Amino acid sequence: MKRAPFIAALFALGLALAAPLTLTGAGATFPYPLYAKYFAVYQKLTGVRVNYQSIGSGGGVRQLFAQTVHFGASDAPLSDAKVAEFKKRFKTEVVHVPTALGAVAVVYNLPGVQEPLKFTGELLAEVFLGKVRTWNDPKIAELNPGVRLPPLPVTVVHRSDGSGTTFVFTEYLAKVSPAWRERVGFGKSVSWPTGLGGKGNEGVAGMVRQTPGAIGYVELVYALQNKIPFAALKNRAGRFVLPSLASVKAAAALSDFPPDARVSLTDTPAPEGYPIASFTWILVYQDMAKNRAFKSRAQAEALAELLWWIVHDGQAYNEPLHYARLPEVAVRVTEKNLRALTFGGEPLLR
Amino acid sequence: MNLRRRYLRDRVMQGLVYLGTLAVLLPLFFILYYVFVQGIGALDLAFFTRPPAPPGEGGGGMLPAIVGSLVVDLIALALAAVFGVAAGVLLAEYPDHPLNPFLRLVSDVMAGLPAILMGLVAFVLVVKPMGHFSGFSGAVALALIMVPIITRATEGVLKLIPWEITEAGLALGLPRWRVILSLVLPAARGGILTGLMLALARGAGEAAPLLFTAFGNPFLTLNPLEPMDTLPLKLYVYAISPYEDWHRQAWGAALLLAAAIMVANYLARRATRS
Amino acid sequence: MPGWLYQRLGDRLFSALVVGLALGVVLAALAIVWVLYQGGREALHTFGFLGFLTGSRWDAVRGEFGAWPPLLGTLVTSAAALFLAFFPALSAALFVVEFAPRALKGAVAYLIDLLAALPSVVYGLWGIFVLVPLVRERVELPLFTWAAAHAPGLLAFLGPPTGIGMLSAILVLALMIVPYASALARDALALVPQSQREAMYALGATRWEVIRRVVIPYARAGIFSGVVLALARALGETMAVTMLIGNSVNLPYTLFGPAATMASLIANEFTEAEDDLHLSALIAVGFVLLLIALATNLVAAWVLRRMSLGEGRK
Repeated sequence: MKRAPFIAALFALGLALAAPLTLTGAGATFPYPLYAKYFAVYQKLTGVRVNYQSIGSGGGVRQLFAQTVHFGASDAPLSDAKVAEFKKRFKTEVVHVPTALGAVAVVYNLPGVQEPLKFTGELLAEVFLGKVRTWNDPKIAELNPGVRLPPLPVTVVHRSDGSGTTFVFTEYLAKVSPAWRERVGFGKSVSWPTGLGGKGNEGVAGMVRQTPGAIGYVELVYALQNKIPFAALKNRAGRFVLPSLASVKAAAALSDFPPDARVSLTDTPAPEGYPIASFTWILVYQDMAKNRAFKSRAQAEALAELLWWIVHDGQAYNEPLHYARLPEVAVRVTEKNLRALTFGGEPLLR
Repeated sequence: MNLRRRYLRDRVMQGLVYLGTLAVLLPLFFILYYVFVQGIGALDLAFFTRPPAPPGEGGGGMLPAIVGSLVVDLIALALAAVFGVAAGVLLAEYPDHPLNPFLRLVSDVMAGLPAILMGLVAFVLVVKPMGHFSGFSGAVALALIMVPIITRATEGVLKLIPWEITEAGLALGLPRWRVILSLVLPAARGGILTGLMLALARGAGEAAPLLFTAFGNPFLTLNPLEPMDTLPLKLYVYAISPYEDWHRQAWGAALLLAAAIMVANYLARRATRS
Repeated sequence: MPGWLYQRLGDRLFSALVVGLALGVVLAALAIVWVLYQGGREALHTFGFLGFLTGSRWDAVRGEFGAWPPLLGTLVTSAAALFLAFFPALSAALFVVEFAPRALKGAVAYLIDLLAALPSVVYGLWGIFVLVPLVRERVELPLFTWAAAHAPGLLAFLGPPTGIGMLSAILVLALMIVPYASALARDALALVPQSQREAMYALGATRWEVIRRVVIPYARAGIFSGVVLALARALGETMAVTMLIGNSVNLPYTLFGPAATMASLIANEFTEAEDDLHLSALIAVGFVLLLIALATNLVAAWVLRRMSLGEGRK
């Protein structure tokens, strides 16, 4: 007899929980296919629905600030100024949750050249600065002995739209070339000294494929899917490394991983690491109650659990889609950050 | 002037007109052929009935986007038609009204703005107060794009309706409003319809203004107060992705969009031609 | 319903309704202006209005934003596209109304409208994969090699013949705006009373003379409407232009080389701009575009008023 009300309460609770929970997120386009996979799988597992739209990292950050979404996503970490602004406005921290790794491949179109070309960072900077005009320039030939370089003019192709890919690429160039740092700097949109601007990774890939003598940069997954040749870059340890899931993961295995997960991997010291790799992050409020988009604690719990799943079981879905997995050190740091997530001060994960 | 010269000129000009027309139609055929070839493969049953699938898995479709497009575009067209036709009527039928100079100016100015800015306006005016994205805010953004087209087309065609028609109606003792509604507007319906169809075509193909208004939604919903997906949004996202399957679906969406608008155009013209 | 009620009240209600709705349009436009001004204010104050309009460096990294290059790009591409599109658009309209046999009329008109139904991104994709290689191989490279041999002074004007750049963008833009001019012109031409034509024929005119002296002048307000709408479309067109124009904000621009327009600049950087000044600068570019549209429309309104005198309604 005593059991009946208890069972009835459980039943009511079950019914309430059965209503599908929907989370909304917005941001980066680079991880969109991966997130589409994550959320489809997660929905089958738990019934939680996630509506993620790739409106751009900047857009995602702005929507997070505007509190119209539960989480944002960005290919570049928030700057110190933005982190401080967040803390000041919302009285809670913004938490960066890394989910995957990508690499920026240097792609080119050289008819007749089969093997991957070798570049150093400085030479790459000179090409994108417009200082190296033809493919048979001695500086390129020097690094690629035995390759028959045609006398084609170099056509630089860059991104016209602001993007995390550009951010990572220019950040790398700024690190390895003082001339680049001085003349151009780095950011999601920069003032390119030369070249054509393609819209999106697909736009750049398309332009490079169509234009003999073109050189550009795209996310690795585009180079692989479109079967465009890409270059091996000399990393800090002196090795010429091709971008691959392995070399990207190696780039991220850092000993000094920062506790807030805001780290740049370009020009990595890792000996097997590819020098233009980067994380992509999901951004959330540490105290989710401060985000007006949340209507209930249940939603916040669902998000915290989703994030925990992404950095653990979800990682299995990265590599088949050509995204690199998080290295152990990143997962450890993130676990700590996820345990610190709260709703009105009460921790979300048990 | 010499008759032969005049006939010659007539022939030459006729030839130029034909040439000019061909200059327009030829690229059109090229594009249509290209879109058809690229997109027809994607238009299978799954495309119309399934929700989107993640990359790597086949069998996904665009059902939420198709339904979303219908809902958002129809709401937008309804809003825009009411305001746009009224504005056109005011400009043409009440030419001395003091509002007119402002109206004409602002309407044409609106026509020249990139669509993404209308999205920004709708974000500020609708999404922010509501606190969340919605198909309705997307419809508002699209309506802002559609209104000037409808206004200009309506005014243009109403101005060409001969005064005799209005005169005849008034002579029969009909009040002004009845003359406009029952005589002038029906005479102009072809032109007004052109405006509506051009506006629909324009609005239905836009993605940028919907990025932060309708937002998008992988789940089917008929409720315009929830975020909704549309064909152009999906097209845009899929076209910039690295996956062949998604590219095919993007072309399928483009083909479907163009076909749907043309069918709507055809049906509307048939219905009003009597 | 009593007679006077039907008359007077009906008229009052109707005109109140029409005015009310039209007022709604004006308010919406004012809302647009307000939102753009508010958003762009920070940038306009930082650089000064004139400074912003004439500044020629757009550098998000350094926080320098000058709108002159994209402004120039917009003016050049829109004017050129309109120039290219006008004759074909008018021809197509004339063909449908005056020349086409009965059976073809509807079909051709329908096909022209189809041009408007294709989403901008489709034009962009077709442009990249079909038009650009064509333009590069058949137009730009031959011209470039000819100029290199015979008129090297021209090379600076022509620019690098890669296919992606101002020329391809202008061509696609012209194609995209044709239906707007053509559809409205067609409706205007169709509304010219047959009696006008017959009077001219009775005087012994050839078909072209009828068109030139009666039909077009009679319909010129409608044709002009179409032109204005087409120009507006050209000013605001984003996706296709962005995909084909090469997006370089550095002057000088060349015919074949990359350029940028205000619309493409906004579309490119808006979703990713995080820095407040950057976002404000982009919205300010939108505000400038608004002013350009305003200026062109003031001119157009003046021209239209000159044209409309004594026409349609006597």
